[in-house]
Amino acid sequence: MSDVLLETRNLVIKFGGVTAADNVSLKIHAGRNLAIIGPNGAGKTTFLNICTGWLKPSNGQVLFEGQDVTPLPPRKIVDRGVARAFQIPQLFTEHTALENLLISVSARDKLRNPLMDMHRIPERDEMLHLLDMVGCADVADTLVVELSEGQRKLIDIAVALALKPRLLLMDEPTSGVASSEKHSIMEILIGALKEANVTSVFVEHDMGIVENYADEVAVWNSGNVQLRGSPAEILEHPDVIRDVIGEVV
Amino acid sequence: MTTKTHSTKAKASMKSPLTFLWVIGVLAVIAVPFTTPSIQLLFNFAMAKGLAVLGVTVLLRAGQVSFGHALYFGIAAYAGAFLMASMPAADFFVVLIVGVAGAVLAGLFVGLFVVRYRGIFFGMLNLAFSMIFWSILEKFYHYTGGADGIRFARPTVLGQVLTHGQFEMMLYYSVVVLMVVLGWFTQRWFASPIGQLFQTIKTNETRLEYLGISPRRALLSGYLLSAALCGVGGVMMGMAQGVVTPEYVWWVRSAEMVFIAVLGGAGSVHGAFLGALIYEVVRTYASVYAGDIWQMILGGFLLIIILFAPGGLIGILESLFRRGSGKEGARK
Repeated sequence: MSDVLLETRNLVIKFGGVTAADNVSLKIHAGRNLAIIGPNGAGKTTFLNICTGWLKPSNGQVLFEGQDVTPLPPRKIVDRGVARAFQIPQLFTEHTALENLLISVSARDKLRNPLMDMHRIPERDEMLHLLDMVGCADVADTLVVELSEGQRKLIDIAVALALKPRLLLMDEPTSGVASSEKHSIMEILIGALKEANVTSVFVEHDMGIVENYADEVAVWNSGNVQLRGSPAEILEHPDVIRDVIGEVV
Repeated sequence: MTTKTHSTKAKASMKSPLTFLWVIGVLAVIAVPFTTPSIQLLFNFAMAKGLAVLGVTVLLRAGQVSFGHALYFGIAAYAGAFLMASMPAADFFVVLIVGVAGAVLAGLFVGLFVVRYRGIFFGMLNLAFSMIFWSILEKFYHYTGGADGIRFARPTVLGQVLTHGQFEMMLYYSVVVLMVVLGWFTQRWFASPIGQLFQTIKTNETRLEYLGISPRRALLSGYLLSAALCGVGGVMMGMAQGVVTPEYVWWVRSAEMVFIAVLGGAGSVHGAFLGALIYEVVRTYASVYAGDIWQMILGGFLLIIILFAPGGLIGILESLFRRGSGKEGARK
Protein backbone atom coordinates (compact mmCIF):
# COMPACT_ATOMS: atom_id res chain seq x y z
CA MET A 1 0.00 0.00 0.00
CA SER A 2 1.21 3.51 -0.82
CA ASP A 3 2.05 6.23 1.70
CA VAL A 4 -0.66 7.66 3.91
CA LEU A 5 -1.37 11.22 2.81
CA LEU A 6 -4.19 12.13 5.14
CA GLU A 7 -5.23 10.40 8.30
CA THR A 8 -8.05 11.09 10.71
CA ARG A 9 -8.04 9.72 14.24
CA ASN A 10 -11.20 9.37 16.30
CA LEU A 11 -12.93 12.45 14.91
CA VAL A 12 -16.02 13.49 16.82
CA ILE A 13 -18.36 16.40 16.07
CA LYS A 14 -21.93 16.97 17.15
CA PHE A 15 -24.55 19.46 16.01
CA GLY A 16 -27.07 19.66 18.82
CA GLY A 17 -28.23 16.12 19.34
CA VAL A 18 -26.90 14.86 16.01
CA THR A 19 -23.51 13.20 15.87
CA ALA A 20 -22.15 14.04 12.41
CA ALA A 21 -18.76 12.45 13.01
CA ASP A 22 -18.70 9.57 15.44
CA ASN A 23 -15.15 8.51 16.16
CA VAL A 24 -14.06 8.57 12.52
CA SER A 25 -10.65 7.04 11.83
CA LEU A 26 -9.61 6.83 8.21
CA LYS A 27 -6.43 6.72 6.15
CA ILE A 28 -6.21 8.15 2.66
CA HIS A 29 -3.36 6.76 0.58
CA ALA A 30 -1.38 8.73 -1.98
CA GLY A 31 -2.21 8.18 -5.63
CA ARG A 32 -5.68 6.73 -5.04
CA ASN A 33 -9.15 8.05 -5.82
CA LEU A 34 -11.36 7.40 -2.82
CA ALA A 35 -15.12 7.69 -3.22
CA ILE A 36 -17.29 8.37 -0.19
CA ILE A 37 -20.87 7.18 -0.45
CA GLY A 38 -23.74 7.05 1.99
CA PRO A 39 -27.28 8.29 2.63
CA ASN A 40 -28.05 11.99 3.06
CA GLY A 41 -27.11 13.24 6.51
CA ALA A 42 -24.55 10.50 7.07
CA GLY A 43 -21.79 13.05 7.68
CA LYS A 44 -19.90 12.91 4.39
CA THR A 45 -19.65 16.67 3.80
CA THR A 46 -18.96 17.21 7.49
CA PHE A 47 -15.97 14.92 7.12
CA LEU A 48 -14.63 17.06 4.25
CA ASN A 49 -15.28 20.21 6.27
CA ILE A 50 -13.28 18.84 9.20
CA CYS A 51 -10.40 17.67 7.00
CA THR A 52 -10.11 21.12 5.43
CA GLY A 53 -10.34 23.02 8.72
CA TRP A 54 -13.76 24.58 8.14
CA LEU A 55 -15.17 22.72 11.14
CA LYS A 56 -13.23 21.88 14.29
CA PRO A 57 -13.90 18.48 15.86
CA SER A 58 -14.67 18.29 19.56
CA ASN A 59 -12.33 15.32 19.69
CA GLY A 60 -9.80 13.65 17.42
CA GLN A 61 -7.07 14.67 15.01
CA VAL A 62 -6.51 15.30 11.33
CA LEU A 63 -2.98 14.55 10.14
CA PHE A 64 -1.69 15.54 6.73
CA GLU A 65 1.59 13.90 5.79
CA GLY A 66 1.99 13.02 9.45
CA GLN A 67 1.56 16.62 10.67
CA ASP A 68 -1.36 17.55 12.90
CA VAL A 69 -3.45 20.12 11.02
CA THR A 70 -6.55 19.94 13.24
CA PRO A 71 -6.29 23.44 14.74
CA LEU A 72 -5.34 25.15 11.48
CA PRO A 73 -7.77 27.35 9.50
CA PRO A 74 -8.58 26.26 5.93
CA ARG A 75 -6.05 28.64 4.35
CA LYS A 76 -3.19 27.09 6.34
CA ILE A 77 -4.27 23.61 5.36
CA VAL A 78 -4.43 24.74 1.74
CA ASP A 79 -0.82 25.91 2.10
CA ARG A 80 0.12 22.36 3.15
CA GLY A 81 -1.28 20.93 -0.10
CA VAL A 82 -4.98 20.17 0.45
CA ALA A 83 -7.48 21.74 -1.97
CA ARG A 84 -11.25 21.64 -2.03
CA ALA A 85 -13.96 21.64 -4.70
CA PHE A 86 -17.54 22.19 -3.64
CA GLN A 87 -20.97 20.73 -4.30
CA ILE A 88 -22.09 24.22 -5.28
CA PRO A 89 -19.13 25.65 -7.22
CA GLN A 90 -17.43 28.40 -5.25
CA LEU A 91 -16.25 30.77 -7.92
CA PHE A 92 -15.69 34.49 -8.30
CA THR A 93 -18.85 35.34 -10.18
CA GLU A 94 -17.75 38.71 -11.50
CA HIS A 95 -14.71 37.14 -13.16
CA THR A 96 -14.15 34.98 -16.21
CA ALA A 97 -13.09 31.33 -16.10
CA LEU A 98 -9.48 32.25 -16.84
CA GLU A 99 -9.49 35.06 -14.28
CA ASN A 100 -10.71 32.64 -11.62
CA LEU A 101 -7.65 30.50 -12.32
CA LEU A 102 -5.31 33.48 -12.47
CA ILE A 103 -6.56 34.60 -9.06
CA SER A 104 -6.00 31.09 -7.76
CA VAL A 105 -2.46 30.85 -9.09
CA SER A 106 -1.67 34.33 -7.74
CA ALA A 107 -2.79 33.11 -4.34
CA ARG A 108 -0.68 29.96 -4.74
CA ASP A 109 2.40 32.02 -5.51
CA LYS A 110 1.69 34.26 -2.53
CA LEU A 111 1.43 37.32 -4.72
CA ARG A 112 4.91 37.04 -6.21
CA ASN A 113 3.93 39.76 -8.71
CA PRO A 114 1.60 41.83 -6.54
CA LEU A 115 1.32 44.89 -8.76
CA MET A 116 1.68 43.33 -12.21
CA ASP A 117 -1.42 43.26 -14.41
CA MET A 118 -2.98 39.92 -13.49
CA HIS A 119 -3.49 39.04 -17.16
CA ARG A 120 0.26 39.35 -17.76
CA ILE A 121 1.57 37.15 -14.98
CA PRO A 122 3.97 34.45 -16.18
CA GLU A 123 1.60 31.66 -15.11
CA ARG A 124 -1.07 32.66 -17.64
CA ASP A 125 -0.05 29.98 -20.13
CA GLU A 126 0.00 27.36 -17.38
CA MET A 127 -3.58 28.32 -16.48
CA LEU A 128 -4.70 28.20 -20.11
CA HIS A 129 -3.24 24.69 -20.26
CA LEU A 130 -5.14 23.76 -17.11
CA LEU A 131 -8.36 25.09 -18.63
CA ASP A 132 -7.62 22.99 -21.68
CA MET A 133 -6.99 19.98 -19.46
CA VAL A 134 -10.47 20.25 -17.94
CA GLY A 135 -12.01 20.84 -21.35
CA CYS A 136 -12.89 24.50 -20.80
CA ALA A 137 -10.34 26.28 -22.97
CA ASP A 138 -13.04 27.66 -25.24
CA VAL A 139 -14.82 29.44 -22.38
CA ALA A 140 -11.69 31.02 -20.91
CA ASP A 141 -12.98 34.55 -21.46
CA THR A 142 -16.55 33.88 -20.42
CA LEU A 143 -17.93 35.06 -17.11
CA VAL A 144 -18.45 32.01 -14.93
CA VAL A 145 -22.09 32.96 -14.27
CA GLU A 146 -22.76 32.41 -17.96
CA LEU A 147 -21.43 28.84 -17.92
CA SER A 148 -23.42 25.63 -17.54
CA GLU A 149 -23.44 23.86 -14.17
CA GLY A 150 -21.10 21.19 -15.54
CA GLN A 151 -18.63 23.77 -16.77
CA ARG A 152 -18.76 25.62 -13.46
CA LYS A 153 -18.01 22.35 -11.66
CA LEU A 154 -14.98 21.80 -13.87
CA ILE A 155 -13.78 25.38 -13.37
CA ASP A 156 -14.23 24.96 -9.62
CA ILE A 157 -12.03 21.87 -9.76
CA ALA A 158 -9.53 23.64 -12.03
CA VAL A 159 -9.33 26.51 -9.52
CA ALA A 160 -8.44 23.95 -6.87
CA LEU A 161 -5.94 22.21 -9.17
CA ALA A 162 -4.28 25.57 -9.93
CA LEU A 163 -3.06 25.47 -6.35
CA LYS A 164 -1.03 22.35 -7.24
CA PRO A 165 -2.40 20.37 -4.32
CA ARG A 166 -1.33 16.88 -3.36
CA LEU A 167 -4.82 16.05 -2.16
CA LEU A 168 -8.10 17.25 -3.67
CA LEU A 169 -11.35 16.84 -1.76
CA MET A 170 -14.46 17.10 -3.91
CA ASP A 171 -18.06 17.24 -2.77
CA GLU A 172 -20.34 15.65 -5.36
CA PRO A 173 -18.42 16.66 -8.48
CA THR A 174 -21.25 15.52 -10.76
CA SER A 175 -24.31 16.68 -8.83
CA GLY A 176 -26.52 19.08 -10.75
CA VAL A 177 -24.94 17.94 -13.98
CA ALA A 178 -27.02 16.38 -16.75
CA SER A 179 -26.77 12.59 -16.76
CA SER A 180 -25.38 12.68 -20.28
CA GLU A 181 -22.51 14.91 -19.13
CA LYS A 182 -21.58 13.09 -15.94
CA HIS A 183 -19.26 10.48 -17.39
CA SER A 184 -17.54 12.88 -19.76
CA ILE A 185 -16.90 15.25 -16.85
CA MET A 186 -15.46 12.43 -14.76
CA GLU A 187 -13.28 11.26 -17.66
CA ILE A 188 -11.86 14.78 -17.95
CA LEU A 189 -11.52 15.09 -14.21
CA ILE A 190 -9.76 11.81 -13.57
CA GLY A 191 -7.47 12.47 -16.52
CA ALA A 192 -6.58 15.88 -15.11
CA LEU A 193 -5.94 14.42 -11.66
CA LYS A 194 -3.64 11.78 -13.11
CA GLU A 195 -1.74 14.33 -15.17
CA ALA A 196 -1.29 16.55 -12.13
CA ASN A 197 -0.48 13.55 -9.91
CA VAL A 198 -3.16 14.46 -7.38
CA THR A 199 -4.78 12.11 -4.88
CA SER A 200 -8.53 12.63 -4.60
CA VAL A 201 -11.43 12.02 -2.28
CA PHE A 202 -14.89 12.58 -3.69
CA VAL A 203 -18.34 12.34 -2.21
CA GLU A 204 -20.69 10.79 -4.76
CA HIS A 205 -24.27 9.56 -5.01
CA ASP A 206 -24.09 8.15 -8.53
CA MET A 207 -23.00 4.52 -8.19
CA GLY A 208 -22.15 4.34 -11.88
CA ILE A 209 -19.57 7.05 -11.34
CA VAL A 210 -18.24 5.32 -8.23
CA GLU A 211 -17.95 2.01 -10.03
CA ASN A 212 -16.07 3.48 -12.97
CA TYR A 213 -13.81 6.08 -11.45
CA ALA A 214 -13.01 5.20 -7.83
CA ASP A 215 -10.07 3.04 -6.76
CA GLU A 216 -11.60 2.59 -3.32
CA VAL A 217 -14.97 3.23 -1.70
CA ALA A 218 -15.79 4.17 1.88
CA VAL A 219 -19.39 3.83 2.98
CA TRP A 220 -20.59 6.40 5.47
CA ASN A 221 -23.45 5.81 7.83
CA SER A 222 -24.53 7.65 10.99
CA GLY A 223 -21.34 9.69 11.12
CA ASN A 224 -18.84 6.91 10.63
CA VAL A 225 -17.23 4.60 8.08
CA GLN A 226 -19.40 1.54 7.85
CA LEU A 227 -17.46 -0.31 5.16
CA ARG A 228 -14.41 0.18 3.00
CA GLY A 229 -13.19 -1.71 -0.02
CA SER A 230 -12.94 -1.86 -3.78
CA PRO A 231 -15.94 -0.63 -5.82
CA ALA A 232 -16.80 -4.18 -6.82
CA GLU A 233 -16.84 -5.40 -3.20
CA ILE A 234 -18.74 -2.45 -1.84
CA LEU A 235 -21.40 -2.09 -4.50
CA GLU A 236 -22.39 -5.73 -4.17
CA HIS A 237 -22.51 -5.69 -0.39
CA PRO A 238 -26.08 -6.31 0.87
CA ASP A 239 -25.90 -3.54 3.49
CA VAL A 240 -24.85 -1.03 0.87
CA ILE A 241 -27.58 -2.16 -1.50
CA ARG A 242 -30.14 -1.83 1.30
CA ASP A 243 -28.95 1.42 2.95
CA VAL A 244 -27.34 3.36 0.13
CA ILE A 245 -28.42 2.11 -3.25
CA GLY A 246 -31.93 1.46 -2.00
CA GLU A 247 -32.78 -1.85 -3.66
CA VAL A 248 -34.50 -4.67 -1.83
CA VAL A 249 -32.16 -7.60 -1.20
CA MET B 1 -21.08 26.72 -26.32
CA THR B 2 -21.47 29.91 -24.37
CA THR B 3 -20.94 33.08 -26.32
CA LYS B 4 -18.07 35.23 -25.26
CA THR B 5 -19.86 38.30 -24.01
CA HIS B 6 -17.50 39.33 -21.29
CA SER B 7 -17.76 42.91 -20.15
CA THR B 8 -14.06 43.55 -20.69
CA LYS B 9 -14.65 43.25 -24.42
CA ALA B 10 -17.25 45.98 -24.37
CA LYS B 11 -15.09 48.06 -22.09
CA ALA B 12 -12.01 47.58 -24.23
CA SER B 13 -13.88 48.76 -27.29
CA MET B 14 -14.64 52.11 -25.68
CA LYS B 15 -11.39 52.41 -23.81
CA SER B 16 -9.81 54.55 -26.51
CA PRO B 17 -12.52 57.23 -26.76
CA LEU B 18 -12.87 57.34 -22.97
CA THR B 19 -9.10 57.59 -22.53
CA PHE B 20 -9.08 60.35 -25.11
CA LEU B 21 -11.85 62.10 -23.20
CA TRP B 22 -9.87 61.85 -19.97
CA VAL B 23 -6.78 63.28 -21.59
CA ILE B 24 -8.88 66.21 -22.84
CA GLY B 25 -10.39 66.55 -19.37
CA VAL B 26 -7.01 66.63 -17.64
CA LEU B 27 -5.70 69.17 -20.16
CA ALA B 28 -8.77 71.32 -19.52
CA VAL B 29 -8.16 71.09 -15.77
CA ILE B 30 -4.52 72.07 -16.30
CA ALA B 31 -5.64 75.12 -18.26
CA VAL B 32 -8.13 76.35 -15.64
CA PRO B 33 -5.74 78.73 -13.75
CA PHE B 34 -5.09 80.56 -17.02
CA THR B 35 -8.48 80.38 -18.70
CA THR B 36 -10.90 80.70 -15.78
CA PRO B 37 -8.96 81.51 -12.59
CA SER B 38 -12.20 82.25 -10.74
CA ILE B 39 -12.95 78.53 -10.53
CA GLN B 40 -9.40 77.42 -9.70
CA LEU B 41 -10.13 77.02 -6.00
CA LEU B 42 -13.37 75.20 -6.73
CA PHE B 43 -11.48 72.73 -8.90
CA ASN B 44 -8.79 72.39 -6.25
CA PHE B 45 -11.39 71.45 -3.65
CA ALA B 46 -13.08 69.07 -6.09
CA MET B 47 -9.86 67.21 -6.88
CA ALA B 48 -8.85 66.98 -3.21
CA LYS B 49 -12.28 65.63 -2.43
CA GLY B 50 -12.02 63.33 -5.45
CA LEU B 51 -8.86 61.78 -3.99
CA ALA B 52 -10.74 61.01 -0.78
CA VAL B 53 -13.69 59.64 -2.75
CA LEU B 54 -11.24 57.41 -4.58
CA GLY B 55 -10.47 55.86 -1.18
CA VAL B 56 -14.17 55.12 -0.66
CA THR B 57 -14.33 53.78 -4.22
CA VAL B 58 -11.60 51.26 -3.44
CA LEU B 59 -13.74 49.76 -0.69
CA LEU B 60 -16.81 49.72 -2.93
CA ARG B 61 -14.90 47.38 -5.24
CA ALA B 62 -14.92 44.85 -2.41
CA GLY B 63 -18.63 45.47 -1.81
CA GLN B 64 -18.01 47.38 1.41
CA VAL B 65 -19.37 50.83 2.20
CA SER B 66 -17.69 52.92 4.87
CA PHE B 67 -19.72 55.65 6.51
CA GLY B 68 -16.71 56.92 8.42
CA HIS B 69 -13.87 57.45 5.99
CA ALA B 70 -13.82 61.17 6.71
CA LEU B 71 -11.83 59.98 9.72
CA TYR B 72 -8.73 59.57 7.55
CA PHE B 73 -9.46 62.75 5.67
CA GLY B 74 -9.49 64.59 9.01
CA ILE B 75 -6.60 62.77 10.67
CA ALA B 76 -4.29 63.55 7.77
CA ALA B 77 -5.38 67.17 7.67
CA TYR B 78 -4.93 67.59 11.43
CA ALA B 79 -1.56 65.79 11.32
CA GLY B 80 -0.40 68.27 8.69
CA ALA B 81 -1.81 71.24 10.60
CA PHE B 82 -0.17 70.11 13.87
CA LEU B 83 3.12 69.64 12.08
CA MET B 84 2.94 73.15 10.66
CA ALA B 85 2.05 74.53 14.09
CA SER B 86 5.09 72.89 15.68
CA MET B 87 7.50 73.25 12.72
CA PRO B 88 6.52 76.37 10.76
CA ALA B 89 9.32 75.84 8.24
CA ALA B 90 8.24 72.31 7.37
CA ASP B 91 8.31 71.42 3.70
CA PHE B 92 5.19 70.73 1.63
CA PHE B 93 6.29 67.20 0.83
CA VAL B 94 7.08 66.44 4.48
CA VAL B 95 3.64 67.71 5.47
CA LEU B 96 2.05 65.52 2.81
CA ILE B 97 3.99 62.45 3.90
CA VAL B 98 3.30 63.01 7.61
CA GLY B 99 -0.41 63.55 6.94
CA VAL B 100 -0.71 60.40 4.86
CA ALA B 101 1.37 58.41 7.36
CA GLY B 102 -1.05 59.54 10.08
CA ALA B 103 -4.00 58.34 8.00
CA VAL B 104 -2.35 54.99 7.23
CA LEU B 105 -1.43 54.39 10.88
CA ALA B 106 -4.98 55.20 11.95
CA GLY B 107 -6.20 52.97 9.11
CA LEU B 108 -4.10 50.12 10.43
CA PHE B 109 -5.39 50.60 13.97
CA VAL B 110 -9.06 50.83 12.98
CA GLY B 111 -8.71 48.42 10.06
CA LEU B 112 -7.43 45.55 12.17
CA PHE B 113 -10.72 45.76 14.03
CA VAL B 114 -13.28 46.57 11.33
CA VAL B 115 -12.07 44.04 8.73
CA ARG B 116 -13.68 41.37 10.89
CA TYR B 117 -17.07 42.74 9.90
CA ARG B 118 -19.01 43.09 6.68
CA GLY B 119 -21.93 45.05 5.30
CA ILE B 120 -23.83 47.33 7.63
CA PHE B 121 -21.61 46.45 10.61
CA PHE B 122 -18.50 47.42 8.68
CA GLY B 123 -20.09 50.70 7.63
CA MET B 124 -21.38 51.62 11.08
CA LEU B 125 -18.18 50.69 12.91
CA ASN B 126 -16.28 53.03 10.65
CA LEU B 127 -18.83 55.70 11.44
CA ALA B 128 -18.39 55.03 15.17
CA PHE B 129 -14.62 55.51 14.98
CA SER B 130 -14.98 58.73 13.01
CA MET B 131 -17.46 60.10 15.54
CA ILE B 132 -15.16 59.23 18.44
CA PHE B 133 -12.41 61.20 16.76
CA TRP B 134 -14.83 64.04 16.05
CA SER B 135 -15.70 64.17 19.78
CA ILE B 136 -12.02 64.30 20.69
CA LEU B 137 -11.48 67.18 18.29
CA GLU B 138 -14.49 69.03 19.70
CA LYS B 139 -13.74 68.48 23.38
CA PHE B 140 -9.96 68.85 23.59
CA TYR B 141 -10.25 72.51 22.82
CA HIS B 142 -6.79 73.53 24.09
CA TYR B 143 -5.09 71.17 21.67
CA THR B 144 -7.44 71.07 18.73
CA GLY B 145 -9.12 74.46 18.81
CA GLY B 146 -12.50 72.80 19.29
CA ALA B 147 -15.18 73.65 16.78
CA ASP B 148 -13.09 76.54 15.46
CA GLY B 149 -10.36 74.13 14.40
CA ILE B 150 -6.73 75.07 13.87
CA ARG B 151 -4.91 77.03 11.24
CA PHE B 152 -3.08 75.07 8.57
CA ALA B 153 -0.11 77.34 7.94
CA ARG B 154 1.41 77.50 4.50
CA PRO B 155 4.43 75.19 4.25
CA THR B 156 7.62 75.95 2.37
CA VAL B 157 8.21 74.21 -0.94
CA LEU B 158 11.70 72.77 -1.44
CA GLY B 159 13.04 75.40 0.95
CA GLN B 160 11.27 78.29 -0.78
CA VAL B 161 8.72 80.51 0.95
CA LEU B 162 5.99 81.11 -1.62
CA THR B 163 3.53 83.97 -1.81
CA HIS B 164 -0.17 83.21 -1.47
CA GLY B 165 -0.68 83.21 -5.25
CA GLN B 166 2.39 81.09 -5.94
CA PHE B 167 1.41 78.62 -3.28
CA GLU B 168 -2.14 78.31 -4.62
CA MET B 169 -0.76 77.66 -8.08
CA MET B 170 1.72 75.07 -6.78
CA LEU B 171 -1.02 73.42 -4.72
CA TYR B 172 -3.34 73.29 -7.71
CA TYR B 173 -0.85 71.56 -9.96
CA SER B 174 0.23 69.25 -7.15
CA VAL B 175 -3.31 68.03 -6.73
CA VAL B 176 -3.61 67.59 -10.50
CA VAL B 177 -0.44 65.45 -10.48
CA LEU B 178 -1.70 63.47 -7.48
CA MET B 179 -5.04 62.92 -9.19
CA VAL B 180 -3.38 61.55 -12.34
CA VAL B 181 -0.70 59.50 -10.58
CA LEU B 182 -2.88 58.06 -7.82
CA GLY B 183 -5.75 57.49 -10.23
CA TRP B 184 -3.40 55.54 -12.50
CA PHE B 185 -1.93 53.66 -9.55
CA THR B 186 -5.37 52.71 -8.24
CA GLN B 187 -6.43 51.46 -11.69
CA ARG B 188 -3.29 49.39 -11.84
CA TRP B 189 -3.82 48.12 -8.32
CA PHE B 190 -7.36 47.00 -9.23
CA ALA B 191 -5.95 45.03 -12.19
CA SER B 192 -3.12 43.49 -10.16
CA PRO B 193 -3.29 40.13 -8.37
CA ILE B 194 -3.44 41.81 -4.96
CA GLY B 195 -6.24 44.10 -6.14
CA GLN B 196 -8.13 41.22 -7.73
CA LEU B 197 -7.90 39.17 -4.54
CA PHE B 198 -9.20 42.20 -2.63
CA GLN B 199 -12.17 42.52 -4.98
CA THR B 200 -13.14 38.87 -4.61
CA ILE B 201 -14.31 39.71 -1.08
CA LYS B 202 -17.42 41.01 -2.79
CA THR B 203 -18.25 37.69 -4.44
CA ASN B 204 -16.79 34.73 -2.56
CA GLU B 205 -14.86 34.81 0.69
CA THR B 206 -15.21 31.06 1.13
CA ARG B 207 -13.24 30.39 -2.05
CA LEU B 208 -10.72 33.04 -1.06
CA GLU B 209 -10.08 31.22 2.22
CA TYR B 210 -9.73 27.97 0.25
CA LEU B 211 -7.11 29.58 -1.95
CA GLY B 212 -4.94 30.02 1.11
CA ILE B 213 -5.68 33.73 1.50
CA SER B 214 -7.04 35.39 4.61
CA PRO B 215 -10.07 37.49 3.60
CA ARG B 216 -9.35 39.81 6.50
CA ARG B 217 -5.82 40.47 5.31
CA ALA B 218 -7.06 40.95 1.77
CA LEU B 219 -9.60 43.49 3.00
CA LEU B 220 -6.99 45.18 5.18
CA SER B 221 -4.73 45.74 2.18
CA GLY B 222 -7.48 47.67 0.39
CA TYR B 223 -8.52 49.39 3.59
CA LEU B 224 -5.03 50.81 4.05
CA LEU B 225 -4.96 52.00 0.46
CA SER B 226 -8.33 53.67 0.95
CA ALA B 227 -7.14 55.34 4.17
CA ALA B 228 -4.01 56.60 2.40
CA LEU B 229 -6.04 58.05 -0.48
CA CYS B 230 -8.44 59.77 1.93
CA GLY B 231 -5.37 61.07 3.77
CA VAL B 232 -3.91 62.58 0.62
CA GLY B 233 -7.24 64.27 -0.07
CA GLY B 234 -7.44 65.57 3.50
CA VAL B 235 -3.96 67.13 3.52
CA MET B 236 -4.53 68.77 0.16
CA MET B 237 -7.90 70.11 1.27
CA GLY B 238 -6.43 71.38 4.54
CA MET B 239 -3.67 73.24 2.74
CA ALA B 240 -6.13 74.66 0.21
CA GLN B 241 -8.50 75.93 2.91
CA GLY B 242 -5.79 77.01 5.36
CA VAL B 243 -7.80 75.81 8.32
CA VAL B 244 -8.85 72.40 9.62
CA THR B 245 -12.01 71.94 11.67
CA PRO B 246 -13.83 68.94 13.20
CA GLU B 247 -16.22 69.24 10.26
CA TYR B 248 -13.52 67.34 8.33
CA VAL B 249 -14.45 64.15 10.19
CA TRP B 250 -18.14 64.89 10.73
CA TRP B 251 -20.39 62.07 9.54
CA VAL B 252 -21.91 64.25 6.86
CA ARG B 253 -18.47 64.45 5.24
CA SER B 254 -18.29 60.64 5.17
CA ALA B 255 -21.77 60.40 3.71
CA GLU B 256 -20.80 63.02 1.14
CA MET B 257 -17.90 60.81 0.01
CA VAL B 258 -20.22 57.84 -0.46
CA PHE B 259 -22.72 60.11 -2.22
CA ILE B 260 -20.07 61.32 -4.66
CA ALA B 261 -18.76 57.79 -5.26
CA VAL B 262 -22.26 56.62 -6.22
CA LEU B 263 -22.88 59.74 -8.26
CA GLY B 264 -19.67 59.26 -10.24
CA GLY B 265 -20.13 55.52 -10.67
CA ALA B 266 -19.60 53.15 -7.77
CA GLY B 267 -16.22 51.49 -8.10
CA SER B 268 -14.97 53.76 -10.89
CA VAL B 269 -11.67 55.63 -10.53
CA HIS B 270 -12.62 58.23 -13.12
CA GLY B 271 -16.08 58.45 -11.60
CA ALA B 272 -14.62 59.49 -8.25
CA PHE B 273 -13.09 62.63 -9.77
CA LEU B 274 -15.90 63.35 -12.20
CA GLY B 275 -18.43 62.92 -9.40
CA ALA B 276 -16.45 65.19 -7.09
CA LEU B 277 -16.24 67.88 -9.75
CA ILE B 278 -19.95 67.76 -10.61
CA TYR B 279 -20.83 67.66 -6.91
CA GLU B 280 -18.72 70.71 -6.09
CA VAL B 281 -20.05 72.65 -9.07
CA VAL B 282 -23.68 71.83 -8.27
CA ARG B 283 -23.15 72.47 -4.57
CA THR B 284 -21.41 75.79 -5.10
CA TYR B 285 -23.76 77.20 -7.69
CA ALA B 286 -26.91 75.74 -6.22
CA SER B 287 -26.05 77.30 -2.85
CA VAL B 288 -25.48 80.63 -4.58
CA TYR B 289 -28.60 80.60 -6.74
CA ALA B 290 -30.94 78.33 -4.81
CA GLY B 291 -30.22 79.35 -1.22
CA ASP B 292 -31.34 76.77 1.28
CA ILE B 293 -32.62 74.18 -1.17
CA TRP B 294 -29.29 73.16 -2.66
CA GLN B 295 -29.29 69.93 -0.66
CA MET B 296 -32.69 69.11 -2.14
CA ILE B 297 -31.33 69.72 -5.63
CA LEU B 298 -28.38 67.44 -4.94
CA GLY B 299 -30.65 64.80 -3.43
CA GLY B 300 -32.92 64.93 -6.47
CA PHE B 301 -29.91 64.68 -8.72
CA LEU B 302 -28.71 61.54 -6.93
CA LEU B 303 -32.21 60.07 -7.01
CA ILE B 304 -32.34 60.49 -10.78
CA ILE B 305 -28.89 58.92 -11.13
CA ILE B 306 -29.79 55.89 -8.99
CA LEU B 307 -33.15 55.37 -10.72
CA PHE B 308 -32.11 55.94 -14.31
CA ALA B 309 -28.34 55.49 -14.39
CA PRO B 310 -27.21 53.11 -11.65
CA GLY B 311 -23.76 53.11 -13.22
CA GLY B 312 -23.45 56.77 -12.27
CA LEU B 313 -22.02 59.50 -14.47
CA ILE B 314 -19.39 57.09 -15.79
CA GLY B 315 -22.13 54.63 -16.66
CA ILE B 316 -23.89 57.34 -18.67
CA LEU B 317 -20.66 58.17 -20.50
CA GLU B 318 -19.95 54.51 -21.25
CA SER B 319 -23.49 54.04 -22.49
CA LEU B 320 -23.15 57.04 -24.79
CA PHE B 321 -19.88 55.70 -26.20
CA ARG B 322 -21.37 52.25 -26.68
CA ARG B 323 -24.30 53.75 -28.52
CA GLY B 324 -21.95 55.88 -30.58
CA SER B 325 -19.83 52.90 -31.58
CA GLY B 326 -22.86 50.68 -32.26
CA LYS B 327 -22.15 48.38 -29.30
CA GLU B 328 -25.45 48.95 -27.58
CA GLY B 329 -26.15 45.25 -27.61
CA ALA B 330 -23.03 44.46 -25.68
CA ARG B 331 -23.71 43.63 -22.09
CA LYS B 332 -22.28 45.96 -19.49
